[in-house]
Amino acid sequence: MRRLLFASLAFSLTATAVLAQAVPGGKLNLIVQPEPPSVMIGITTNAPALLVGGNIYESLLRYDENLKPMPSLAKSWTISDDGLSYTFVLQDGVKWHDGKPLTSADVLFSVNDFLMKMQPRHRNLMTHVESVSAPDDKTVVFKLKEPFEAFIRGLSFYTMPILPKHIYEGTEYATNPANDKPIGTGPFKFDEWKRGSYIHLVKNPDYYLKGKPYLDELYYQVIPDGASRSVAFETGKIDVVPGGSVENFDIPRLRDLPNTCSTEKGWEYFAPLSWLWLNNRKPPMDNVKFRQAVMYALDREFAKDVLWNGYGKVATGPLSSKLPFYKNVAPTYAHDPAKAKALLKEIGYDGKPLKLLPLPYGETWQRWAEAVKQNLGDAGIPVEIEATDVAGWNQRTSNWDYDIAFTYLYQNGDPAIGVDRNYKTSQIAKGNPFNNVEGYSNPTLDTLFDQAAVAYPAAKRQELYDQAQKKLQEDVPVAWLLELGFPTIYNCKVQDLVTTASGLPESMRDAWIKK
Amino acid sequence: MLRFISGRLLKAVVILICITVLNFFLIHAAPGDPASVMAGEAGDADPAFLQQLRERFGLDQPLYVQLWIYVSSVMQLDLGYSYRQQLPVLQLISERLPATLLLSLSAFVISLGLGVAAGAFASARQGKWADTIISLAALIFYATPLFWLALMGVLLFSVQLGWLPGFGYESVGVNYTGIARAFDILQHLILPAMTLGLFFMAVYARMTRASMLEVSRLDFVKTAKAKGLRPAVIQRRHVLRNALLPVVTLAGLQAGQLVGGAVLIETVFAWPGIGRLMFDALSQRDYNLLLGVFVVSAAMVLLFNLITDVLYRLVDPRIRVAS
Repeated sequence: MRRLLFASLAFSLTATAVLAQAVPGGKLNLIVQPEPPSVMIGITTNAPALLVGGNIYESLLRYDENLKPMPSLAKSWTISDDGLSYTFVLQDGVKWHDGKPLTSADVLFSVNDFLMKMQPRHRNLMTHVESVSAPDDKTVVFKLKEPFEAFIRGLSFYTMPILPKHIYEGTEYATNPANDKPIGTGPFKFDEWKRGSYIHLVKNPDYYLKGKPYLDELYYQVIPDGASRSVAFETGKIDVVPGGSVENFDIPRLRDLPNTCSTEKGWEYFAPLSWLWLNNRKPPMDNVKFRQAVMYALDREFAKDVLWNGYGKVATGPLSSKLPFYKNVAPTYAHDPAKAKALLKEIGYDGKPLKLLPLPYGETWQRWAEAVKQNLGDAGIPVEIEATDVAGWNQRTSNWDYDIAFTYLYQNGDPAIGVDRNYKTSQIAKGNPFNNVEGYSNPTLDTLFDQAAVAYPAAKRQELYDQAQKKLQEDVPVAWLLELGFPTIYNCKVQDLVTTASGLPESMRDAWIKK
Repeated sequence: MLRFISGRLLKAVVILICITVLNFFLIHAAPGDPASVMAGEAGDADPAFLQQLRERFGLDQPLYVQLWIYVSSVMQLDLGYSYRQQLPVLQLISERLPATLLLSLSAFVISLGLGVAAGAFASARQGKWADTIISLAALIFYATPLFWLALMGVLLFSVQLGWLPGFGYESVGVNYTGIARAFDILQHLILPAMTLGLFFMAVYARMTRASMLEVSRLDFVKTAKAKGLRPAVIQRRHVLRNALLPVVTLAGLQAGQLVGGAVLIETVFAWPGIGRLMFDALSQRDYNLLLGVFVVSAAMVLLFNLITDVLYRLVDPRIRVAS
């Protein structure tokens, strides 16, 4: 028997309730930082591209803050009892921005063709899929090779945006002129891009949810300097400063301005987790006790409270607490320099200086590198900081040319999608800074992760992930730092600004301005 | 004169090719490539994706092949395609050119006009309070970092007083036209142009003052005085004109940089110009775009050098006669 996971009725009722309060009209000015190369998110998937493109394109599902799927282009869906078949029914009356109707053929084209060619994240997800079919214009069926429970959390706009077949079929996707004037199904239509200044989106009057979106226009303004972005908000030229757009030390000042609100919500799906890569191939990082000493040496509470203004959370291990299957497993390594020194003494560490590669993402990360240098120095590990730019950082880390390096990565809704790639032996490959860069290899852990990915139902996955977390926390392949918190600062007149686990890119259809 | 100009033009083309080749190798010597930066921004990649990007951009070709393709394209006035922005380089540069020219030319006019006037004024009142104030102000503006001046300008005139907009080229979302639009752009231009102009204004003022003082001690000035000419006429016709050569040299250098943009000012004021485009291209290893900006900037420097040389010959007949 098939289980109905979600009915659109409940959603419609909720939507109507919100509609009753919302006031249509108005425009919002938001920061987009840095300026994206393109907002065609089938090809370009960096954060600023998603921030804008997420309102132009949609996928089958959205997720609430607990990562529970919600309707998007799919109004309902069912999963077979064996977990092998996912059937989606598309919304009625969905039109592309050029007026053509959306059908299941567009979904097939996107998942089987376009995204398979252009999107590595989608390719990874589809390794679990046997076939995709469309029995009729409104229905799409995914048949899986094995019961991959994470699949239901992989259908976001981030991994699987649905793209117009009638525009892209038979063309060179990367150079199709439509990439500059994107055509999606989303609540906002692309209007104008003045490079170096702003991107302008306008309300889609034919949006399939009647009454939405409420806002008439969105302006995404490009302001390259961090201090100038803060000033733009202070002077009222900007209504919304997305998380991560201003330096952390500016946040308390902005947050305390009159009529200013802030929220940490909207990052539950991405769940950014930061850590230090410890190059496991090189001594002394190849010694588990040295790696444990590093963990004890780090004052992560200080980093959270001082460098990140109290936003975020100290990471207890490889999984963010926002992720399903997270468990707070011992040991969690509270700050204890004495213990760190004892461990270093035990292994006879010779005090050889190590090189630390900070993330070249601005002042906060530089300061964090200084703090880590001091923490490790206090424990007896001398550290030299090496300056680099983004391209240099990519090259150094992906070619394993470092001792210790900062990084942070999105966890993408499920450990089988966004976590195990960082620890499995099969993910050790040069030239890629998003896999097992530290070079950790443990066959027991590989088996646990492989089994957990395809175990069914979820309770079985939980048992296996508990074991995997414990094993990793004992072995400390990397030094976990913080679950990063990126507060969105906004004018309090803006309502319902963040309504999904992915935040601003998906929520503009619900946002409205209080008169 | 025509022979002189055509000879210099020929040399300029050779120099431009050399600069292009040198820049090509310098940029490729930097760590990382556009494919790795783009993969990095996406937060995910696999070897197939990286290979796909490198093939698309021609980065899988040997370096000498890439160089040959690039230089031969440039010779046909084709600056190639921006890897990251997926648009022709020429289009990207020409989109940014008006904003950069407006800012640089305004700063150029402000700095040259006010700087020379202030320098001349100070030299005529050597040792008096006006001279002291101008010299001190010039020293301060010469020594103060531009980005700091820019931020202070924003804090004072935009945040505290609310007189001028603090960022951008024009107001967004108001759709002004005609005079209203020009006035709106002018309002946005004042802070960045003044900030950028202050540094060069200080340089021109110091240089004009020093040069005029030097010239005013020469014999022909004494003769002019002995002839009974009015001091103002002596200053304007005899001293200033003869003191302008170093100023013309400096103006030529500044004019050559007009197209290159001003990275710091464009960044602080979110001015959509070429300087910022160049900086982004550098950090993203967008080779074609960066090389394109360099080619255009180098061409402008060469052109303005040529113009400066021609001006020399017009301002100072001795050079014309000597050559």
